[in-house]
Amino acid sequence: MSRMPLPYNPKVLELFKNPKNLGKMEDATVVAIAGNPLCGDMITFYLKINDKDMIEKASFESYGCAANIATSSIVTEMIKEKSLEEAWKITWKSVAEAVGGLPSVKFHCGILAVGALKRAIRKYSTNKNVSPDWLQKELSYEEKQALEEEELAKVLSKRMKTAEKQC
Amino acid sequence: MQKLLFLKVRFSIRFRILNAQEDCSHKGSGLSLIENVKELLKAHEGLTREVYLDNENSSITPKEVIDAMLPYYSQRAYGNPTLTHKPGWEAFETIMESAQKITAFLECKTLEEVNFVPGETEANNLALLGATLSMKDKGKKIIISEIEPITVLQVIEMLQKRDFTVIKIPVDDEGFINLEKLEAAIDSETVLVSLATVNNEIGTIEPIREALEIVKDKNSHALFHTDASDAFGKIPFSLQDLNVDLATISSYKIQGPRGIGALYIKEGINVEKILEGQIGTQRLWPGVENTPAIVGFTKASELAFENFNENTQHMRRLRDKLIDVITEGIPEVKLNGPKGNKRAPDNVNISFLKCEGEALTIELSLKGIYVSSGSACTRRLLQPSHVLVALGRHFDEAHGSILMKVTRCNTEEDINYVLEVTPIAVERIRGITGSTGAE
Repeated sequence: MSRMPLPYNPKVLELFKNPKNLGKMEDATVVAIAGNPLCGDMITFYLKINDKDMIEKASFESYGCAANIATSSIVTEMIKEKSLEEAWKITWKSVAEAVGGLPSVKFHCGILAVGALKRAIRKYSTNKNVSPDWLQKELSYEEKQALEEEELAKVLSKRMKTAEKQC
Repeated sequence: MQKLLFLKVRFSIRFRILNAQEDCSHKGSGLSLIENVKELLKAHEGLTREVYLDNENSSITPKEVIDAMLPYYSQRAYGNPTLTHKPGWEAFETIMESAQKITAFLECKTLEEVNFVPGETEANNLALLGATLSMKDKGKKIIISEIEPITVLQVIEMLQKRDFTVIKIPVDDEGFINLEKLEAAIDSETVLVSLATVNNEIGTIEPIREALEIVKDKNSHALFHTDASDAFGKIPFSLQDLNVDLATISSYKIQGPRGIGALYIKEGINVEKILEGQIGTQRLWPGVENTPAIVGFTKASELAFENFNENTQHMRRLRDKLIDVITEGIPEVKLNGPKGNKRAPDNVNISFLKCEGEALTIELSLKGIYVSSGSACTRRLLQPSHVLVALGRHFDEAHGSILMKVTRCNTEEDINYVLEVTPIAVERIRGITGSTGAE
């Protein structure tokens, strides 16, 4: 494996320097988290959804690298004033494209951001006890990937605890 | 453990698939990678001050070293040292005199013991592969510690695939090798032990003399290698006192040029070649000798040893200022590695909690401060620094670690600037983290 300099493009750098929609939202309708600090990246999304199922505003907080911050930020921009159905259609590839491309080792940042978004939408629907047609029952690719990363974190932390006991 | 490996495999498969898609993602942007890097560089325009502290990964070559090297490109000794003409004989003379000087700094016996190679990576490869090849009939067990440099770990991984058994000795929470476990691990099958004198990430000065005695007492045939790249020129390191069989030293780690290092091989120890080609003055490394780099390495050694006490005291003062002001002034930070005299004079390694390391290196870079991190992101691996994990640091602590190494060339003003900028940079990145991961 070669180790190239991470060629973040100007858009990623700009969103890293001046992230849009950053910060906790006190009046959020739904909050969803993806990732784990043990893996070095974690995202929290806050969505304010109105009674017509439109996303009025979205914000984020992120523990992660520049790509993680930029993709989270761009997702909050992409879903603003969109219906939940439209927001659900967003894929990690469209997010990667929206930030002007990502280095391959950073694709998982885009995946995690979309995973957090889709979790938020699913959580909102579950809370409201509705199951719209467009919301597939099976987890989306991004949700599955987020889950996989969290599973890895659990294994890592279990391993760490075992090691601590041995000391 | 098995499940962990399983997940790691799944992860790496996933990443391989993603790597295959790389081109598609970049086509959409219309910008090639090099253009992106140009833009990143443009974002740094107008910096009024720059402080380079990533001396772990490369270093600035001082003017006096470059001045010493320059004549050897075009004025003298530019010939091949094995050939029968004046520039060749000049090169031979230059290389031998350089080896003689390095011999004196290492306090070893003969200049034949100093083998110039292109760097620390190559020296470690030659030491580990060359020694095990020469010992192949004597056993198949190698002992290292959990915190050896990546170059050692990766060569060891390769040897493992060739049926060598590898034992990794654990370390305590400051990175000191567990000598009892080392003793228990040595047996008649052991052919090689490799333990760095100073850890490259956290600066722990290992009890290498005690380790050597333990190894030789239990098995006098086992070869003992030490990567001394972070010891040479920084702590007293004499091969007259420390009777190791093999030792790696590196030029850029003492502000010499990149592309040169040396492997000390004690007289009488047999190491096999690992590369084939035309052999010149360096019996174990084929190819044309890099005479200017050898001259630069020698000059850098002279500069490091000429005022050894002053230089190391200067580094220690800057190191402690960085450590003290950061750990006292910024909340939720942890020093990695020991304090005081058990730590290399140049090493600062601090974990900033709730602050991802790669993001912090970029933030600092935009302010003209160049450092590295043990975060999984900057390492392009899925796991953070193996050294910090071996100390028992949690993964999130390792992801937020920053490594800085000071040199004799850094000034008090450099350090003041770093101390002025770092708290602001950490605060901004922590502001993005917010409450994420707080529970």
